[in-house]
Amino acid sequence: MAGPDHPAAAAAAHHAVDHADHALHSADAHSGLEHSDESDFDDEPYASDESASLTWISWFCSLKGHEYFCEVPDAFIEDEFNLTGLSQSVNYYVEALDTILDIEDDSNEPQFPEEIEAIDSSAEILYGLIHARYILTRQGLDQMADKYENAEFGTCPRVCCAGSPVVPCGRVDLPERDSVKLFCPSCSDIYAPPSSRYQKIDGAYFGTTFPHMFFQTFPALVPDEPISPYTPRIYGFAISERSRAGPRMQWLRMLPDPLPEHDDDDAAGAHSSDDQSFVEADDGAADELLPTATATATADDALTESMDVGTDRRRDYSSSAAAAAA
Amino acid sequence: MSDKDMDELSSSDSGSECGKYWVEWFTCSEGNEYFCDVDEEYILDRFNLTNLQTEVHYYRDAMDLITDQMNERPMSNEAREQVELSAKHLYGLIHARYIITMRGLAKMVDKYKRGDFGKCPRVFCNNNPLLPVGLTDVPNQKMVKLYCSRCEDIYNPKSRRHSMIDGAYFGTSFPHMLFQTYPSLKPAQTEQRYVPRIFGFKLHAAAELHRWQDEQRELQKRRLGIASNGGNN
Repeated sequence: MAGPDHPAAAAAAHHAVDHADHALHSADAHSGLEHSDESDFDDEPYASDESASLTWISWFCSLKGHEYFCEVPDAFIEDEFNLTGLSQSVNYYVEALDTILDIEDDSNEPQFPEEIEAIDSSAEILYGLIHARYILTRQGLDQMADKYENAEFGTCPRVCCAGSPVVPCGRVDLPERDSVKLFCPSCSDIYAPPSSRYQKIDGAYFGTTFPHMFFQTFPALVPDEPISPYTPRIYGFAISERSRAGPRMQWLRMLPDPLPEHDDDDAAGAHSSDDQSFVEADDGAADELLPTATATATADDALTESMDVGTDRRRDYSSSAAAAAA
Repeated sequence: MSDKDMDELSSSDSGSECGKYWVEWFTCSEGNEYFCDVDEEYILDRFNLTNLQTEVHYYRDAMDLITDQMNERPMSNEAREQVELSAKHLYGLIHARYIITMRGLAKMVDKYKRGDFGKCPRVFCNNNPLLPVGLTDVPNQKMVKLYCSRCEDIYNPKSRRHSMIDGAYFGTSFPHMLFQTYPSLKPAQTEQRYVPRIFGFKLHAAAELHRWQDEQRELQKRRLGIASNGGNN
């Protein structure tokens, strides 16, 4: 997972030779400066300054493809309570934690390259799992809200969501099962990230709970009314659902009309003393909704059917209209 | 109409990157992966081009360019560019008409099977191949979108160069015409869907909406069952 440019790896490689501060190396590796061993020694007095400017966490979050991560504050990681149970799920737990917190431990024996690599990938997993916990806290949610408002996670690919921003989410909370997905609050569905570099990011680093916790906490961030769903048409005519290849998935994007007026109308109609007008009105609705069925039925049948249809009308309208138009 | 010698002459002059003919060159140049090559006979049949003269500037020149009959009269760079743009526009409009003919559909089916139009980004569609579709048949209004036959919804193309193609070059009818013609290509629909959960517990509002949507699905199924019985009677 970690490339050769990983600062910790670079640091550890030098470890046995010059015991230089690895944070210094991490800073060097990313400022793009070429340093010989001599210049490393020259720079030693400034090590603390440079390490302050780029910690392992900020380096990790600035990597290409890691744009979805937010920076977890040290204080959260240093609190052991927040790490409960993680020592079992990560190999080289102690070393990985030290890497994340930029703690240099000189007492350890020089490490083998394979071991360094294993620690690096453990650090990544550990950080991801801590991240999944952190973003459920108030502070983490706030940080993610900033990223969401800047649409740093991208936008929904669905046309009818009109570019609604998305948030990352996982499908399982266990690491190394599935890659990260994007949850769209407008259609409540999940999508694969557009770029392949995000397909290597584990979904467990964000967790299954995060998007919903996020929108429960910030209900104002849920986009307003979505655009009406897409209706397949040929030469402008909606395709009948009775056709073999007709629409069958409209239910997935259907929304009940949240219009209380309709309920009032129905109630008023039911209590209305003027039965005649009620029947006529519903008859018209029935003709509009079920042209084939009502055409053959008798007047009485049409009446009962229309009353059934009338109650369903609000919800059922879009699909029935599609059928009627074709 | 087409003079063979003339054809060869002009194509050897202009033939460069990819294909010998303009249409070949156009369909295999970058960003035009969604287009299929329109048969020359189809382009040369004037009936198929009805009303396109009014839509495209430099219609005659553009037509000559598409059919590789551009004669070597001197032309300023600006005019050449204009003609090139018009030719692309004209080709797109012819393409929209062509792909809903039997032959065009067959070509697009091949591209669909190869997955030339990409995969559905929706997780529960399991990488179902997409088809291009327009939101309007009037040019210069809306860019091309991609239709997924599994979730029956439309998506924006992933890459910028595809999202800049005019939707009218494919038309609103195309994917639906394709599935009406080849209903067996329509994938099995899935009732799988994403269920939002917090710490493993479903959310009330989402669960309520899902129950309602499931009810709508069952209603439709029942309706279709009734419809097929009615057809038998």
